[in-house]
Amino acid sequence: MKYIDEFRDGEVARGLAAAIRAEADPDRRYHFMEFCGGHTHAISRYGVADLLPANVRMIHGPGCPVCVLPIGRVDQAIRLALDEGVTLCTYGDCLRVPASDGLSLLKAKARLGGTSGDIRMVYSSADAVAHARKHPEKQVVFFAIGFETTTPPTAVAIKQAQALGLANFSVLCCHVLTPSAIASILESPEVRRYGTVPLDGFIGPAHVSTIIGSRPYEFFAEEYRKPVVIAGFEPLDVMLAIRLLIRQVNEGRAEVENEFSRAVSRAGNVKAQHLVAEVFELRRAFEWRGLNLVPYSALRLRKEFADFDAERRFHLDYRSVPDHKACECGAILRGVKQPQDCKIFGTVCTPENPVGSCMVSSEGACAAHYTYGRYKDFA
Amino acid sequence: MREDDNAVVDLAGVRKEISLALVDDVAVGDYVIVHVGYALNKLDPAEAAKTLALFADLGGGLPDGAPVSR
Ligand code: SF4
Repeated sequence: MKYIDEFRDGEVARGLAAAIRAEADPDRRYHFMEFCGGHTHAISRYGVADLLPANVRMIHGPGCPVCVLPIGRVDQAIRLALDEGVTLCTYGDCLRVPASDGLSLLKAKARLGGTSGDIRMVYSSADAVAHARKHPEKQVVFFAIGFETTTPPTAVAIKQAQALGLANFSVLCCHVLTPSAIASILESPEVRRYGTVPLDGFIGPAHVSTIIGSRPYEFFAEEYRKPVVIAGFEPLDVMLAIRLLIRQVNEGRAEVENEFSRAVSRAGNVKAQHLVAEVFELRRAFEWRGLNLVPYSALRLRKEFADFDAERRFHLDYRSVPDHKACECGAILRGVKQPQDCKIFGTVCTPENPVGSCMVSSEGACAAHYTYGRYKDFA
Repeated sequence: MREDDNAVVDLAGVRKEISLALVDDVAVGDYVIVHVGYALNKLDPAEAAKTLALFADLGGGLPDGAPVSR
């Protein structure tokens, strides 16, 4: 497919790998974090890590949407379906995220039996609105998760529901913000507890950046002296970004560079940003799986859209629930541990039977290592 | 292009209806970045060509003058 195949060419990849080896200073170690789950997936699937010299290491970041979804939020969604009898619409990725009492949305679905509740997978927020239109007798709740990429589509859905005067549609808003997560990795006290992560730079997310633009990363480059290179999702994009990061480190620069200029501008998608600002406002704090409470890191619906806020409509309270004792997702999401450091990786915890959230989606660090067999090479 | 901001895109031969509510001025034939059923942004062919040239350039994997796209 055009604009995809050219960015996966194996020949060019070998050329880039040679260039990376030549550029990397053998007396130095380089640690780069790919923030985004899409990059984690690409690096594992195409074996990018195997093409890198031993002194260049990639660290997985917390940019996989379902990985950072805390148990307490999945519990809320499950309660809506089981106790309130709503039709809960969710992206497929959320279905298997472990929740309390050994449940997940998928397992909860099996428990629904003859009750009026329902749990349905949707491809897009528009499908949830369409479902609410078709079933005015049902309360339909869209379980809205994800970073800046999925937030604008949720805003469109809410505006659409408002325009249609839908009284049976609401949103359980769990949208989170990329810059806050990066800041939390760079400065949270938990990072000190786990030991510091040597981080020499970041690969900035592709899809998220199409919306927010490259400007928000300038703060990290200046304030924390960390280079950021925004990269597309294809393996060659990632490799070029690694090469650009190495060059910045060698030259002592900390700048924002944009490898994904074919889709990302400095300002980003202003239309989408306005929509998001119109519908959502910042939460003071939000719990992330693995990162605990992160200040100003998530969104909720503005008062003007309160009618579409499932938390208000169903008077939901939030209860924080600790992760499984053995699960190292918290440390993995911060880049201080690797999946194979977890005692139950690949044995008790597998993609078929995930114990932690990093094993659920193909963008999760544990699932990516498991599926593509990379864990063997890293052991 | 359809009414109510929707359009049909071709994803490697699979036709799919998506929403253009988040982007302006998209024309038939444009490439868009699609996520959860919405076009997030238009793809800029000139910038794509520049990045491909950078692969060749920085990668040193292609001889001078070789076409960068297949
Ligand atoms: S292998 Fe499973 S339990 Fe262990 S850290 Fe990964 S997701 Fe958590």
